[in-house]
Amino acid sequence: MSQHMMFLQGNEVCVEAALYAGLDFFAGYPITPSTEMAEMLSIRLPQNGGKFLQMEDELASMCAIIGASLTGSKVMTATSGPGFSLMQEALGYAVMTEIPCVIVNVQRGGPSTGNPTHVSQGDVNQARWGTHGDHAIVALTASSNQDVFSITVDAFNISETYRTPVVLLFDEVVGHTRERVLAPEPGEIPLVGRLHTSVRGGVDYHPYLPREDGRLPMSDFGGVHRYNVTGLFHDMWGFPSNNPQVVHGLLRHLVDKIENHANEIARYKEYYLEDAECVLISYGSAARSARHLVNSRRPRGERLGLLELQTLWPFPDQIVREKCAGAKYIVVVEMNMGQILQAVKAAVPDPSKVFLANRVDGDLITPTDIRNILRLIWGKGV
Amino acid sequence: MERVRMVFSGSGGQGVITAAIILAEAAVLHEDLIAVQSQSYGPEARGGATRSDVIISGSEIMFPKVIQPNVLICLTQEAYNKFSSIIRPGGLLLTDSRFVKTERKVDARQKELPMYEAVIEKIGKPIVFNICMLGAVNRLAELLKPESILRVLEGRFRPELLEINRQALQLGIDLAEKTA
Repeated sequence: MSQHMMFLQGNEVCVEAALYAGLDFFAGYPITPSTEMAEMLSIRLPQNGGKFLQMEDELASMCAIIGASLTGSKVMTATSGPGFSLMQEALGYAVMTEIPCVIVNVQRGGPSTGNPTHVSQGDVNQARWGTHGDHAIVALTASSNQDVFSITVDAFNISETYRTPVVLLFDEVVGHTRERVLAPEPGEIPLVGRLHTSVRGGVDYHPYLPREDGRLPMSDFGGVHRYNVTGLFHDMWGFPSNNPQVVHGLLRHLVDKIENHANEIARYKEYYLEDAECVLISYGSAARSARHLVNSRRPRGERLGLLELQTLWPFPDQIVREKCAGAKYIVVVEMNMGQILQAVKAAVPDPSKVFLANRVDGDLITPTDIRNILRLIWGKGV
Repeated sequence: MERVRMVFSGSGGQGVITAAIILAEAAVLHEDLIAVQSQSYGPEARGGATRSDVIISGSEIMFPKVIQPNVLICLTQEAYNKFSSIIRPGGLLLTDSRFVKTERKVDARQKELPMYEAVIEKIGKPIVFNICMLGAVNRLAELLKPESILRVLEGRFRPELLEINRQALQLGIDLAEKTA
């Protein structure tokens, strides 16, 4: 048997994957159901020469990882809904200053302190629009522990590639479910390192002057270059500017660098979509129930299929449109009041075909729940 | 292997979740089976009703929770009252005779074993009650080789703790064999 086979919770897998991706700085404030990440990293990071900081709250945690990233570290914080709320202001700062970082939100029931030990997917739109101002964001999720590993490594790679915060939107069931994981060998999944400037010390470095390919090489803060970083709109030097041309150019850049790459950032899995009359769209732990249902009904001739989204933001409109082109019914399975439902309705030509199968009581939606809702949609009664 | 759906229930601090993790880990790492373990609990650190679900199977497991267990373990009266009705007909219901007074008949193989008393009498440390239960249920339901569970225990405990866990596992197996 492989020595790399592990039996871990999703939270622990996320930690293993983050370390695989090169995480060397974590700041956080432990909160259910993400606590195991802070616990595990408080042991593992110092062993690997990294730094673990328990901060006074989530505002400070978010600020600490931004600062550490600017000095050259690969950084992460982990929280749940209440803490994610407190991180929103600094999350916007990371967007504006284009500082790579990974924020894990293991979702529990909200609003407020809500239902701490139970599952929810209620923070999907918070990840998208929780911080103020026009902006783009990347949010990824996964349903199995093997996928938690690969999607976590992806999160670090995307954050470096596009110089952006990436939100990992897991949920209580994914975070706490233990199952088998095969750890990849070092080097098996390619890693994206920090793109450093080739400008030497003593030579003017423009921190916000893109290369021809649009990427912005970084210089470790506190190193050989002196430069300014601000949450105000800024010019190529990093100094504040309210010049309309500069403001417009920067805002477009922040949005376009993500939205124009939506297809490259899109991660998804598909099951039986070729001839599906009814396409289920789901993500996170809800997708496990959806897939269970699809697999159990297919042998009985029901033409069900599943599109499992792993990238939630930027929303993969084009992929959803294409995959649902032949569907009579599109049913979004999620554990909230219909957050991805709205995005799906906006993406397809006929939104009247799109329905919601949800559960919001803290229990994982079951295959039977979905089946009962499908029967209602099909007009067959429960 | 046929799919086994188990619910371990009791009170926070009894080691119910730990026992479930050890069993599922043994299945995955030492018997090359597929297993999924999950848990539900309240905000308290100790006390409160605790439940852990384990599914062991030869094939991929998608929905990770158990709705109708064919093996149900209840280590408190509260857990028994709450969960005894969900057992799958013909399943196995294991309770501890000190903590649970079984009241109604369910369509299941009901086993009441004096696990807690045996642990106190033979080992003197209530902390290994959960491992005694694990030995008993593993034997009654004929799940895994005891060595597979032992290997997980070996990886988890220092030598002095390992010894009493080993004794507790054997004690549970013996109790189950006596009743079988």
